[in-house]
Amino acid sequence: MSSEQKIRSKIASIKNTKKITKAMELVAASKMRKAQEQMQRSKPYAKKMRGMISHLAACSPEYRHPYLTTNERVDRVGLIIVSTDRGLCGGLNINLFKEILRWIQKWKEQKVEVDLCIIGQKAQHFFQRVDCNIVAVSTKIGDTPSVGDLIGAVKVMLDSYDEGKIGELHVATNEFINTMTQKPQIDRLLPIDISEDQAKETQAGHWDYIYEPEAKSLLDYVFRRYIESLVYQSVVENISCEQAARMLAMKNATDNADDLIGEFQLIYNKARQASITQEISEIVSGAEAV
Amino acid sequence: MAMTFHIDIVSAEDSIFSGRAQALFAKGELGELGVYPGHTPLLTTLKPGQLRVLLQDGSELNLYVSGGILEVQPETVSVLADVASKAEDLDEAAALEAQQRAEKILEEQQSGMEYSQALAELAQAAAQLEIIRRRRK
Repeated sequence: MSSEQKIRSKIASIKNTKKITKAMELVAASKMRKAQEQMQRSKPYAKKMRGMISHLAACSPEYRHPYLTTNERVDRVGLIIVSTDRGLCGGLNINLFKEILRWIQKWKEQKVEVDLCIIGQKAQHFFQRVDCNIVAVSTKIGDTPSVGDLIGAVKVMLDSYDEGKIGELHVATNEFINTMTQKPQIDRLLPIDISEDQAKETQAGHWDYIYEPEAKSLLDYVFRRYIESLVYQSVVENISCEQAARMLAMKNATDNADDLIGEFQLIYNKARQASITQEISEIVSGAEAV
Repeated sequence: MAMTFHIDIVSAEDSIFSGRAQALFAKGELGELGVYPGHTPLLTTLKPGQLRVLLQDGSELNLYVSGGILEVQPETVSVLADVASKAEDLDEAAALEAQQRAEKILEEQQSGMEYSQALAELAQAAAQLEIIRRRRK
């Protein structure tokens, strides 16, 4: 009897877990839709911004901004890591972190130090244990971040770039390919590299904007906005990835729970049958004895 | 047929308007400015205030922007706003409250981060209220 009861309670507990994973799957699915909408909505701004930057790179301005010129010697680079605040989203974070560790290793071999700016709790916990210089942390940004939430962390990195402490700035995030696939990627933010196809679109020439107010302060503002919008874009994309990954992980968990319940049900039935058979045979043999 | 140019108005979190327009009026860093087709390339920051767009069909689009960047190219004009909303969506009560709150902070504090932040908020609230008042007329 006792083994039957044990199996029954096991099945009950798996059923409860299954309810939770199923609920989380549904929540993640609806949140994913919202996150994707937000991602789509923020795209036009980023696209316009990129267009404007490539115009700026193509024209021949009176003032060349430091963000557009490459530093010859780099002995320290900055990396903004975009991760999730919560777990239970499969291998999303750990795949990204592995990629980052490889990337850091590569820099270290060239005797280049890496400064980290961390967005999201998961990365904070992970990189505390790694021997790295963490200069800024921003956590608990929620499911619908606003640009304002990120400015602080980004500013630290931009300031240290302005001061010449870091020679390059990169951002690490997950790229949303589709619901099933997310790919970790590390992109360079600074100095800005204008891809050639973009440069071709805008004719290079001897024209320049009229700047109001003067070029330097205006361009400072524009480039800051540009970097902020890129980081915002990464964060929004990462949230889409998080929800998609969580949905998938929870779907797998629910399916596994189904399999387990099936298996245990079979064992339970067998045990029940065996005990009934045993009881009957006991009764029969008892009756024969009388 | 009036001459037109293409205009895109986007904020960081949304795309507000995209289409053809005859003219654009905005509050630039150095003062009010109007943009007509064939304007020379221009790059400027925007102050909190009204953004008026004269559309191709002669109707007018009224927007509030809290600040941002205006880029004029020969064929296109882009407005990259920090926050933008349609004039009819503005909330007078909220704007008034924000104005009072900012004024209170200004009275109490004489310097520092909060002071400059309150100044910016005050400018935004005042700009919103002005647009609301103008709409009423």
